[in-house]
Amino acid sequence: MSAAGILHGRVDARRFENNAATRESPWVRRAILGVALAFFVLFLVLPLVAVFAEALRKGWGTYVHALTDADALAAIRLTLLVAAVSVPLNLVFGVAAAWSIAKFEFRGKHFLTTLIDLPFSVSPVIAGLIFVLLFGAHGWFGAWLIAHDIKIIFAVPGIVLATVFITVPFIARELIPLMEAQGREEEEAATVLGANGFQTFWRVTLPNIKWGLLYGVILCNARAMGEFGAVSVVSGHIRGMTNTMPLHVEILYNEYNFAAAFAVASLLALLALVTLCLKSFIEWKASQAAKDTE
Amino acid sequence: MSIQVQEINKQFGSFTALNNVSLDFPTGELVALLGPSGCGKTTLLRVIAGLETADSGRVILEGEDASDTHVRERQVGFVFQHYALFRHMSVFENVAFGLRVKPRKERPNEAEINKRVHRLLELVQLDWLADRYPAQLSGGQRQRIALARALAVEPRVLLLDEPFGALDAKVRKELRRWLRRLHDELHVTSIFVTHDQEEALEVADRVVLMNKGRVEQVGTPQEVYEHPATPFVYGFLGAVNLFHGRVEGEHVKVGEATLPHDGRDADHGVEVVGFARPHELDIVTDLAETRGVEAVVSRVLAFGASARIELDALEGAAERGEPVHYEVVLTRERVAELALSEGQHVRLVPSSLRVFPREAA
Repeated sequence: MSAAGILHGRVDARRFENNAATRESPWVRRAILGVALAFFVLFLVLPLVAVFAEALRKGWGTYVHALTDADALAAIRLTLLVAAVSVPLNLVFGVAAAWSIAKFEFRGKHFLTTLIDLPFSVSPVIAGLIFVLLFGAHGWFGAWLIAHDIKIIFAVPGIVLATVFITVPFIARELIPLMEAQGREEEEAATVLGANGFQTFWRVTLPNIKWGLLYGVILCNARAMGEFGAVSVVSGHIRGMTNTMPLHVEILYNEYNFAAAFAVASLLALLALVTLCLKSFIEWKASQAAKDTE
Repeated sequence: MSIQVQEINKQFGSFTALNNVSLDFPTGELVALLGPSGCGKTTLLRVIAGLETADSGRVILEGEDASDTHVRERQVGFVFQHYALFRHMSVFENVAFGLRVKPRKERPNEAEINKRVHRLLELVQLDWLADRYPAQLSGGQRQRIALARALAVEPRVLLLDEPFGALDAKVRKELRRWLRRLHDELHVTSIFVTHDQEEALEVADRVVLMNKGRVEQVGTPQEVYEHPATPFVYGFLGAVNLFHGRVEGEHVKVGEATLPHDGRDADHGVEVVGFARPHELDIVTDLAETRGVEAVVSRVLAFGASARIELDALEGAAERGEPVHYEVVLTRERVAELALSEGQHVRLVPSSLRVFPREAA
């Protein structure tokens, strides 16, 4: 998974290809490549093209109109807000969790590592229901929250909470193997040389993990903006208030407003494309950095 | 600066890394901590640096108890086995690091940092590498940069953890001579950890031998090599031949044979193990003699200044728990005179045999 590991595979493959003794016969290569490409076009490229085609079928006017609609703008704003809150939160948590798991020995370390994976293994709907159970009107803290006039479920805080929960693993998972591989020696060296905790983190740890961190942030952000299941449970689908972009797409689609639905969906698809570009750029950068330090 | 450690104990789970270790490191000396892997030498070094805390005991730096002083304030220079250079910084920035992280009041200005870093790089003879990154350097160069970086903060002591452990044999040899010269120039109290006895004996003023978390012997290289205090030290410092026997007056009775011994630690009738270095053994081809232990020549390696002869014990030695191999170093003239052939039965006669009671060995 780690960004640095990806290029090595390519180098090895080339070595196999150039060696007559290990090279596959041409038709085997073509068959495998053909199957992979056909699958790729059918299940990945076609739907993507379809999204943009549907979005623009009724012309640019409808497209722009769908996106500048008040509810659509509110959904975009809310999505950006949710990402702007949950990504920094998970950035701090991810670095702290990865740091403690990779650099310290403590009881329950394995448990914490497993716990970080929980959002990956649990269905997002259940994640949403957990928060309803906790903060909903009939939930554990429901009565207290109503008494103090605090709204979490069917409001923005609930959406943020659900998103934070879903995106917890992205940054931590990216950093843990990276930091474990780098060990503690450089930090120890910095401490012996007189650096305090912050200086050690800022001057030694952070530069060593920056590409992995950025990679994690990009993936985290993509998921935060695209999350549907958990957010759908806690949002309440109030137009212009608690609708994120994915939820807005669903509503429009259910109203048979296909052009508008696909227009908003195309924005999300565009976000995905940008994410992919950034991701491959960072992978490339990280592999350059790895080559420099090997 | 002098360093003292007093009654240091350290456990890792059920493993005892340091068992009541007390040592004195006088000012300005270069001391080697020598021992097999797992003997606690690196742990002791890390305890002195403050990177590891002892379960009990005290670390005293320059007469002051530093057991609770933070690593940052101990003013030690530490050189790691795998260099631990900051991989994203140039060589210059690596060396400058210790100066740049100083509190603002003590921090030298840019010109001063520049001057000091270049002076240190000149000291380790790598000034021309200032703009390179660690990945572009060879192992030996990295270790010298690591040393320059440690020296930048003007440490009161220099601690080196297996400084040459990751280098190939030739570079190692060069670097240890260089380290000795550097130490003679700077006179910083230095401790280095090694498992290589040749390295310890060649470089250090004094050698501390450690085994299983305990100090076995402390002394100059000559003292520990020529007068090992314990069977462990005897076995660890160089090749050695063992003879199991019983003391009978001036002699040790080994099987049928009698061997002379050095007369220490040997009461009449005590079961002992005798130690002799390969060069302390002679070979006699006359089997009628009774002074030596019988053995079979297995290989004669006659090249270089002296010849080495490998011998096997007679059959049955392994069953009795006795050594099955011997090694003898003779002059080439002596080997020519003996005209040994493989498979020949001979007798081994030690010129001196250091004996220890059986249970101690």
